[in-house]
Amino acid sequence: MKKLPLAAVLFSVPLLLPAAQSVTIKGSDTMVILNQRWAENYMASRKDAVIQVTGGGSGTGISALLSGSTDICASSRPMSEKEKAALQAKTGVPPVEIPVAKDGVAIFLNTQNPVKELTLAQIKDIYTGKITDWKDVGGTAGRIILYSRENNSGTYVFFKEHVLNKQDFSPMASNLPGTAGVANAVSKDPKGIGYGGAAYAKGIKYCAVQADDKSPAYLPDEKHILAGTYAASRDLYFYLRGPAQGEVKSFIDWVLSRAGQSVVVSVGYFPLKKAASKIK
Amino acid sequence: MKRRWINFVSRFFTIATGLACLAVTVMVALILGNVVRHGFGHLSWKFLSTAPSAGMTEGGIFPAIFGTAFLVILMTLAVVPLGVCTAIYLQEYAPARSRWVPLVRMAIQNLAGVPAIVFGLFGLGFFIQFLGKGIDRFFFGGDLVFGQPAILWAALTLALLTLPTVVVATEEALRVVPRAHREVAYSLGATRWRMVRHVLLPQAVSGILTGTILAVSRGAGEVAPILFTGAAYYLPYLPKRLNQQFMELGYHVYVMATQSPDVDATMPILYATVFVLLALTFTLNFAAILIRSKIRRRMKR
Amino acid sequence: MNRSWSERIIEGVIRLSAGLAIASLILIFIFIGKEAVPLFTSAEARAEAGMSKLFLGNRESPDGKRVQVWQPVSEVPKYSLWPLIVGTLKATLVALLFAFPLAIAAAIFTSEFAPPGLREVVKPVIELLAGIPSVVLGFFALIVTATYFQDLFHLDYRLNTWNAGFALGLAVIPIVYTVAEDALTAVPQSFRAGSIALGATPWQTARRVVFPAAFPGIFAAGILGFGRAIGETMIVLMASGNAAILSWNPGYSFRSLSATVAAELGEVVNGSPHYHVLFFIGVLLFAFTFLLNLAGQLWVGRLRRKLTGARS
Repeated sequence: MKKLPLAAVLFSVPLLLPAAQSVTIKGSDTMVILNQRWAENYMASRKDAVIQVTGGGSGTGISALLSGSTDICASSRPMSEKEKAALQAKTGVPPVEIPVAKDGVAIFLNTQNPVKELTLAQIKDIYTGKITDWKDVGGTAGRIILYSRENNSGTYVFFKEHVLNKQDFSPMASNLPGTAGVANAVSKDPKGIGYGGAAYAKGIKYCAVQADDKSPAYLPDEKHILAGTYAASRDLYFYLRGPAQGEVKSFIDWVLSRAGQSVVVSVGYFPLKKAASKIK
Repeated sequence: MKRRWINFVSRFFTIATGLACLAVTVMVALILGNVVRHGFGHLSWKFLSTAPSAGMTEGGIFPAIFGTAFLVILMTLAVVPLGVCTAIYLQEYAPARSRWVPLVRMAIQNLAGVPAIVFGLFGLGFFIQFLGKGIDRFFFGGDLVFGQPAILWAALTLALLTLPTVVVATEEALRVVPRAHREVAYSLGATRWRMVRHVLLPQAVSGILTGTILAVSRGAGEVAPILFTGAAYYLPYLPKRLNQQFMELGYHVYVMATQSPDVDATMPILYATVFVLLALTFTLNFAAILIRSKIRRRMKR
Repeated sequence: MNRSWSERIIEGVIRLSAGLAIASLILIFIFIGKEAVPLFTSAEARAEAGMSKLFLGNRESPDGKRVQVWQPVSEVPKYSLWPLIVGTLKATLVALLFAFPLAIAAAIFTSEFAPPGLREVVKPVIELLAGIPSVVLGFFALIVTATYFQDLFHLDYRLNTWNAGFALGLAVIPIVYTVAEDALTAVPQSFRAGSIALGATPWQTARRVVFPAAFPGIFAAGILGFGRAIGETMIVLMASGNAAILSWNPGYSFRSLSATVAAELGEVVNGSPHYHVLFFIGVLLFAFTFLLNLAGQLWVGRLRRKLTGARS
């Protein structure tokens, strides 16, 4: 019996020693599946690498970068000047911004919804609460049910800045924690509308977006996102506290290489360069 | 006439309350049935022993099971000694009219009523920001080692949350031991601690066990306190050190239900994970109920 | 000599452990409060999220009217707490309306009317409901019952208060049931025997004799259930729609105080006004449940003394 406490102490000493080094990625929920696939594939090719992925929203990643609890921040929106300044105040060097993939914020509609295309202005009015009925945009009468993201999401911030022109969302919008939540909700709701990064769910379709009344409507497919003609295209970013070094650098170099970019395609996002998309 | 009306009303309400019981039972059965129907099919040894792959659309949940087990073991190591000692104090060591007794009891009762998310905030504000960063400053020269989400802090947060369960169950167990046993021990010359250790605790073991099992069941199921104190979505390693993050069954259910990209592909995995989590908490709760009724039956004799 | 030394150390450890319970409660209040204090002391925090903004709302120029909006990530961050408070209360009301009658009726049945064999079966089954983690109830509400409720009530919104309130009620039922049942079975059998001897039916006995005698305990059960419903996080996080709507309509989505903290805390920058507001919400939740429990304990004690004439 007396040996038990001693054994417990000896056993727990290794537990108290801090863990070996690994690369941590925190941030965007839009990117978390992509980050995780990258991590899986990278670790499969390099036995000693350890990559750890957590979501929580772009805002979470940025705040983790500030507190130093992550190596890489994944963000689906650019860091604001205020955030960059705060980070520079802490580290002394400006943060490094690396675009790693392209995405289009798609507008989701239920497959039963007759509406096929909307202008940016209409989408804005819908989400700020000015248009509330489907018949005002060419659909069958019925209240428009808004699905949005939580405010820690980069997609939320991107949408607010680029589509809503910084106006507030209508309070009637349901805030769901991930793109999947939004897609899932719209797939079950014929009167629903949602937005998010590339996502797959049966029962929803993409709405073609017109930049204004006069331009053609584009779907968020590869051609239009890479060309930038889809109105809500955006870059997905990695942010670092300073220039990449060591393990982190090898990983990011791999992400930007053909191998990494082909993973982007297989997950459903869009590579930085058109050439990568031809890789099967 | 009036008699018949009274009988009618009485029978009506008797049946109505019985229907209420039935309704609750049916709801429990429906939930279980739904989970079993959709989740059982996906279970397999491979599911329980491998890690997730292909973006959570394939593979198993072993890291989540491991993380939950590790978390709960750490929590138990913290909460059982603390809870048992507190209960021993209340029952054996406190003087009869001590003003501390009602205070401690009130504190325990209030701890039981604190919302789980408040514990999460406390875990972040105290364990991580204060203790963790303090440890970093004194022992690691400012490096970020313990001042971040870690399984140690999550376990301690859960220990605080489940403390009332252990204290109440232990007190109940101690109370049941006949006064005569204590008096005989004293008359034989035992000191208070010897009496507690050799006479009371052995008899209170099943009650303490009940409390521990209930605490473990609660700890395995609560997600809100671990959201910011250490749970992670995808880790390529199993947590082996106290300052690492961990995957956990409940958190896995939450993230998959709300954030998986292909809801239809992950639905079987999601249901199977829910099944495993429910099987875990149900088995624990059921075991505790069995032990408790065995104790009560022994008492009646 | 050796024995009394170790004896004293052990006694010290035991006393310390008991003290830790009180200390934790105080520590919780201090450390959550500490992160909320800058709302009162820092000028930047006060300008963006001071008490007037939290409780009176933002002034929406140019007409100068005040709006109650919770939208912290915005050009002009808005932190009005009222949509959250109303949302929390609305869901709690739905949950309690559903859970209380069911749980108390079930408790009356198992303690007064059920034959002993049935009681041994039903009681564990209902208590097993307590073994379902709230994340599972939230999952169930999100995936399974939301569609049923929407069809049943022909509601516009799939994630609404009825749905989340129902799941919340399921979480509350076992607590209310267990405590109420304990209170009812604690009533001495002689009360019942006397009543039956006078010619009353079991229902009349239950209603006029046992229930009033057990009322303090049943009241305590109610308070516990209320506290649980107010503070519950996961169910609401998954099934409420998380929309900060200031409305009492149960057909709408809602956003509760605890779900707001859970959803937003990961994102906030340490030390920003948003961070302090979330901790302030934590203080509110803690203070509310603490005061509720305290008031409950005092009230129950008083009720008990009044009804039984004995010291509690």
